[in-house]
Amino acid sequence: MSVDVQTVKRIASLAKLKIDEDKAPAAEIEFNKILQWVDLLKEVDTSSVEPLVSVNENFLEMRRDEVTEGNQAEAVLANAPLKEYGYFAVPKVIE
Amino acid sequence: MTDLTKLTIAKAREGLKKKEFTAVELAESYIKNMELKRGLNAYVCETPEKALEQAKASQAKIDAGRGGDLEGIPLGIKDLFCTQGIATTACSKILQGFVPPYESTVTAKLLAAGVNFLGKLNMDEFAMGGSNETSAFGPVVNPWSKDKPLVAGGSSGGSAAAVAAEMCAAATGTDTGGSIRQPAAFCGVTGIKPTYGRCSRYGIIAFASSLDQAGPIAKDVRDCAIMLKNMAGHDVKDSTSAKNMVPDFEKVLGGDIRGLRIGIPKEYRPAGLNEEIAAYWDKAAAMLEDQGARIVNVSLPHTKYALATYYIIAPAEASSNLARYDGVRYGKRIDGEHLEDMYVNTRTAGFGAEVKRRIMIGTYVLSAGYYDAYYLKAQKVRRLIRDDFVRAFEQCDVILTPTAPTAAFAIGDKTMRQDPINMWLNDVFTVSVSLAGLPAMSLPIGLNKNGLPLGMQIIGRAFDEETVFKAAEVLEKQAGFKGAK
Amino acid sequence: MSGMVIKGKTCDWEIVCGLEIHCQIISKSKIFSGASTHYGSDVNQNVSFVDAGMPGMLPVLNEECVHQAIKTGLGLNAKINKYSAFARKNYFYADLPQGYQITQFEYPIVGEGFVKIELENGENKNIGIERLHIEQDAAKSIHDISPTKTFIDLNRSGVGLMEIVTKPDFRAPEEAGAFLRKLRSIVRYLGTCDGNMDEGSMRCDASISVRPVGSSELRPRAEVKNVNSVKFAMQAIEFEAKRQVEIYENGGEMRQQTCQFNQMTGQTKFLRFKEFSDDYRYFPEPDLPPLVLSDEFIEEIKRGMVELPDAKKERFVRELGLTPYDAGVICENKEMAEFFEKAAKGHEAKKVANWLMGDFFAMLNEKHLGLEESPISAENLGNLVELITQNVINGKTAKDVFAIMVETGEAPEKIVEERGLKQVTDSGAIEKVIDEVIAANPDNVAAYRGGKTALMGWFVGQVMKASGGKANPGMVNQLLKQKLG
Repeated sequence: MSVDVQTVKRIASLAKLKIDEDKAPAAEIEFNKILQWVDLLKEVDTSSVEPLVSVNENFLEMRRDEVTEGNQAEAVLANAPLKEYGYFAVPKVIE
Repeated sequence: MTDLTKLTIAKAREGLKKKEFTAVELAESYIKNMELKRGLNAYVCETPEKALEQAKASQAKIDAGRGGDLEGIPLGIKDLFCTQGIATTACSKILQGFVPPYESTVTAKLLAAGVNFLGKLNMDEFAMGGSNETSAFGPVVNPWSKDKPLVAGGSSGGSAAAVAAEMCAAATGTDTGGSIRQPAAFCGVTGIKPTYGRCSRYGIIAFASSLDQAGPIAKDVRDCAIMLKNMAGHDVKDSTSAKNMVPDFEKVLGGDIRGLRIGIPKEYRPAGLNEEIAAYWDKAAAMLEDQGARIVNVSLPHTKYALATYYIIAPAEASSNLARYDGVRYGKRIDGEHLEDMYVNTRTAGFGAEVKRRIMIGTYVLSAGYYDAYYLKAQKVRRLIRDDFVRAFEQCDVILTPTAPTAAFAIGDKTMRQDPINMWLNDVFTVSVSLAGLPAMSLPIGLNKNGLPLGMQIIGRAFDEETVFKAAEVLEKQAGFKGAK
Repeated sequence: MSGMVIKGKTCDWEIVCGLEIHCQIISKSKIFSGASTHYGSDVNQNVSFVDAGMPGMLPVLNEECVHQAIKTGLGLNAKINKYSAFARKNYFYADLPQGYQITQFEYPIVGEGFVKIELENGENKNIGIERLHIEQDAAKSIHDISPTKTFIDLNRSGVGLMEIVTKPDFRAPEEAGAFLRKLRSIVRYLGTCDGNMDEGSMRCDASISVRPVGSSELRPRAEVKNVNSVKFAMQAIEFEAKRQVEIYENGGEMRQQTCQFNQMTGQTKFLRFKEFSDDYRYFPEPDLPPLVLSDEFIEEIKRGMVELPDAKKERFVRELGLTPYDAGVICENKEMAEFFEKAAKGHEAKKVANWLMGDFFAMLNEKHLGLEESPISAENLGNLVELITQNVINGKTAKDVFAIMVETGEAPEKIVEERGLKQVTDSGAIEKVIDEVIAANPDNVAAYRGGKTALMGWFVGQVMKASGGKANPGMVNQLLKQKLG
C-alpha cells in the first residue's frame, strides 16, 4: 500500500502534529518506504490465526470499590502550565 | 582503600556489612566518578544530595543491624521511571520540567530495599531509538569509544554507559524491543529483560504497553539477579503484572548446567552475519557444551517477520500512549489561539523526529481502512512468532543468540542517519523475544578486533529467568570478560 | 400500529430511530481509579493521577462497575458476555486527559436484550437492545468563566458509565419517551444509576432517519447529541424526522451527520458530516487483559436481583387484583411500589391503591412533598383502609380522618378512638334515631308510603345527620326500608 501527501497530512492532523508544506513530500516518501518495508507481512498466511492481543495468560483482576485516592488537587495541578481558580486552563475551545 | 566503584553489588553489600566502608563513602565515590565522567552525558539529572542523605540513613540502618537487601547501594535510574520529587522527562522536550508527585512501583521497591538514587539516566526520547541519539539531552558517549565517540546503544544508553563507566553500582532500564539488551551489549555490561509481567509498569512512562518491561543493567550476572529480585513482583496497580512468585534468582547461581539443552536458532544466522559475531556465538555454544550442556538446533521460522511486526505494534500503542502529552496538565505548552492550535504547536515542537515518525506510523496503522491490513495482521503474526518459541522450547531449555548484529557504531553514523529502517535493524535479534514476552539476558562475551565489546543473548521460557541466570553465569565465568572501562 | 406517520407530498414517511444512553454507574469510586465519584465536590479534588492521565499511570478495574453493568444487563433481559474486553477510543479533547477513552468495542460485557414499553393506546412493544458496554466518563470543560480560556475540572474524569445502545426500533417520539421512562425506572430499581437526566447522570443521543412507509431500507441518519430529558428526546425526534422529510421532499439528499439540539426552540441543527472527523482508531487496551467472568460470579448477581417493574406490575395485577393501569403507575417508581406493598399488606389492596392514587397522591402534590416526606406512613394508610373495610368508619369519616392524619401524623385508630368517630352499627341505637325522624316528619312518611319512594334518600340523609354522620349508611338504609315498609 502507498499513501499520498493528503493522507500523510490527514494522519498528522489526527495525531495533532503539523507537517510543514515544504517537508510534506519528504515525509510522504519516508512514510511509503516504511510501509513498503512492513508490507513484508503480507506474505505470511494468517487466515487461521487468532490475533495475539497480549502475551499475558492471566485475566483481568478487579479491585474493590473503595475510595483510596483524592483530595490532592494541589498535587494534581502542580505541573500544570496554566491553572486558574483550581482549574486547568487552556485556550478557548471552539466547536 | 580500593576504588569502591569497582565493586559489584554483591561485594559492596558484603563490605558494608563488614564495616569495611560506609554507605556514604560508597555513594561519595560514585558521585566523584559521575563528576569526572560528565563528558559521557550519561546522567540528565544528578541528585548527589539526595543520594548522600539516603546513604546516611542506610548507614544508620546497617549500624543498627537492620537494612534491606540493597541497603546503601547507589543506583542510577533511567529517566523513564517516575521518581517522586525528581524531574522525570523521558528525555523529551515535551515533559520539560515535569516533577512526578508519585513514585514508580519498581523504584519504590528498590528504595524500600535500601538503595540510594544518584540521578536520572539519559535515554532515547520516550525509549524510541537504538543509539540514544534521539534524546532531547543529546547522545550518551559509549565509555569504550576510542578515537571517535561511539553510541552507547539505546534506548537505555545512559544506564548501560553509567554501569560500564562505574558511575553507579547498577541501573534500572526498560526494554520494549531490545532497549536493555542492546545497550548492555554495546557497553560490555550485563542486563536482563524479564518476562513480560514480571515487573510492574506502574509509574514507568509508557512507550508500548504490551511490550514494555523494566529490568536491571549491572556489572555481572549475579548483580542482575540481586537487582531483579528487588524489582519484580505482582502489583495491584498494574493489571498486566503477573502473580507468579518471585524466586530468589541468586540461589540458582553456581549451579551446574549438565544436560541443559541450549537451542541455536538457524534463522539468527543470516548470510551476511558479521563474522566476528558468528565466531563468538560458536565459541559461546562450545563453552556451554564444555560445561555439560547439550547443543540443539532449533528453528524460529517467523523470525524474519519480527521487525515489521514490531514496527507496527509498538508505534500503534505509542501513538495512543503519547496522546496525553498535549500541554494541558503538565510538561511543555506552546500556546495557540485556540485549543486545537495549542495541541498542534505543543506536540509539533515538543516531540523529536523519531517520536513523531512513530506516532505517524502508529496513527496510520490504526486508522480506518488500514487496521486490518496492518495492526490486526501484525497481531496475528505476533502469535506465530510466540508459537515458534513455544515449539522451540519443547526441544531446548534456553536459546543462545547474539544480542545485536554489530558492535557500537559512531555517533552520527551516516548509514543510520540516512534511513530510519537501518537503525531499526539493530533490533533484529531482540524484538522477537519482546513480542513473545520472554525473558532474555545480554552478557558480554568478548571484544571485537576494534576492541569493542560484543554481547550474547540467552533467552528463556516465560517466567523461567532462573534457568537464564544459571546458564548466563556459567557462560560469564567461561568467557572471563574483563569488565568495566 | 403505534408508529407516527409524516404525510408528505410524494408519499407517507415513517421514523426509524435508535437511542444511545449513557448512564453514570452508581459506585463509590471511579471505574479505573480509587478517586471518589461524589458529585459536587470542590474542583479537581476527586482526582487520582490515573484520572489526570499522568505519565506512567495505569487503569485498574473497579469490581462494582462490573457488577452494576451485569445487573443492568439482566434488567434489560440481555445476554451477559462471560468474555469481554476493553479498547481505546482515540481522540483529542480538552476533557479527555489520556487522549483516549477506555471503553469496550468489539467485546461488550452485555449483548442483545429487550425492554417492554407500554404505549398510551394500551399496546405493548419490545424495544431491542443492541448492547451495553462500560467505559469512563470525560472531565468537564467550563467555557463561561473566561472569555478567552476554557477551564477543566477533572472530578468527573473516570466515573464509570454504561452505554446502552438500542436497535433502531423506535417509530414514534412517544415510543422513545416511554422507553426512556422505562429505562430510568429499571436502573433506579436496580440502584445502578440514579437516572437523573437533568443532572447529567443519564444522557441520551438519538440516531434518526426516515423512510417511505412500507420500505425496509435504512437511510443515512442524523445523530442528535445530548437530548437530555424525555421531553427533549421526543421533541428532537419529531423535529429532526420532519426536517429530513422536507429535505427528501425537496429532492435533496441526506448524508450521515451530527446534529445539535436546541432546548429553547426544540429544534435540531446540522453540526457536521461524519466522515473523516470520527476516525477513533479503536484498538485493544493493552493495559487491561480481557475480562473473563465465571458462571458463579454471574449467578451470584442473578440471585441478588431485585424484582423489576414489569415483574412487580404483573404480580400486583395477578395477586393483588390491581388493574394493569394502576399497577403500572404504582410500579414506575420503586419507592412508590414499596410504599404501596407495605400499605397493602394484610388489607384490601385494590382499595389501598385507590386511596394511594387518589387522596394520597393529591395530598403529596398539593403539599409539594416527596414520598419519603409523607406525613402518613404506609402502615397508617393501610390501617385507615382497614377501618373502612371493617365498617369501623364510613367513607366520609375516613376523609376527615385522613385530613387529621396529614396534620398530626397520628395513627387512624387513635384518631377515631379519641375523637369518637366510630360509626354506629348498633341497630337499636339506629332504630331509635329512625323512630325519632319518622315521628318528626309525618307528611313525608305519608308521601313515601303513597309511592314517592324517591324520598328514601332524604330519609337516609336525615338519619345520618341526626347520628352525627356516624351511623353505618348500609344499616340505615336497610332499617329505614323496614320501618317505612
